[in-house]
Amino acid sequence: MTDAVRLHFLVDGEDFTSAGQASVQVKKNLRQLGIAPEIIRKVSIAMYEGEINMVIHAGGGEADVLIYEDRIEIELVDRGPGIANIDLAMQEGFSTAPDNIRSLGFGAGMGLPNMKRYTDSMHIESALGEGTRILMTVRL
Amino acid sequence: MTVYEMAKQLELTPIAVPEGDRNCAGVYIGDLLSWVMGRAKSENVWITIMSNIKIVAVASLTDVACVVLAEGVTVDDRVRETAEQKGVNIYTSEKTAYELATALASLTK
Ligand SMILES: Nc1ncnc2c1ncn2[C@@H]1O[C@H](COP(=O)(O)OP(=O)(O)OP(=O)(O)O)[C@@H](O)[C@H]1O
Ligand SMILES: [Mg+2]
Repeated sequence: MTDAVRLHFLVDGEDFTSAGQASVQVKKNLRQLGIAPEIIRKVSIAMYEGEINMVIHAGGGEADVLIYEDRIEIELVDRGPGIANIDLAMQEGFSTAPDNIRSLGFGAGMGLPNMKRYTDSMHIESALGEGTRILMTVRL
Repeated sequence: MTVYEMAKQLELTPIAVPEGDRNCAGVYIGDLLSWVMGRAKSENVWITIMSNIKIVAVASLTDVACVVLAEGVTVDDRVRETAEQKGVNIYTSEKTAYELATALASLTK
């Protein structure tokens, strides 16, 4: 078994302008590794939604991308407020995004549904006042 | 049809065209970025009135062929520069999204 390639990113919660950079970087890395374009698209879009969520809703966090022979895993961990009702948050259209963020085109409540749509499995653990951990897997 | 050819036919004004010889096919119209992320397809022409810096990342990640800003919307220099760097094509037009879409539809007939 060859070891996984691991990419690690700190996602700055103070800087909305650069939010999303880690995902754009992952897209570039996956391309260099010769990963198929459809896979790159799924991984980078799912990660972008999660990365933006960490900045908007959780004050930033950390992202890890692990590239194995048969799959890519994306792990997003934050110490934000947590998600009170995960089933509700997963529904298309549910959003607590503030107005200033909505005016930039976010807050449609489609990010988590997109993450589910673009990955083969998605697992959310969240505790109020402690934070949220999201693990997504895309099969190669 | 390439992005260049399409832009010429529709008389679009270039903002950043680092990859004008990319192929374009199909159209997606929308301003809510997560909708665009969920629905826009690779090679689409993405018509929007959203002009902040995030359109560059969204265009890049969805792999659309180009962004067309409708209704005369423009971007600031930072957005233009980032688009050049990231290989994202952006045009603007005075036309509405509807006018742009119908013009694109008649091009592909
Ligand atoms: N990391 C997180 N920490 C705390 N709450 C979160 C987190 N991610 C999502 N949420 C909650 O789940 C809701 C739904 O998230 P989702 O990404 O689907 O929509 P959105 O971010 O509000 O809008 P969009 O993604 O369409 O721009 C958010 O509005 C927020 O209340
Ligand atoms: Mg979101």
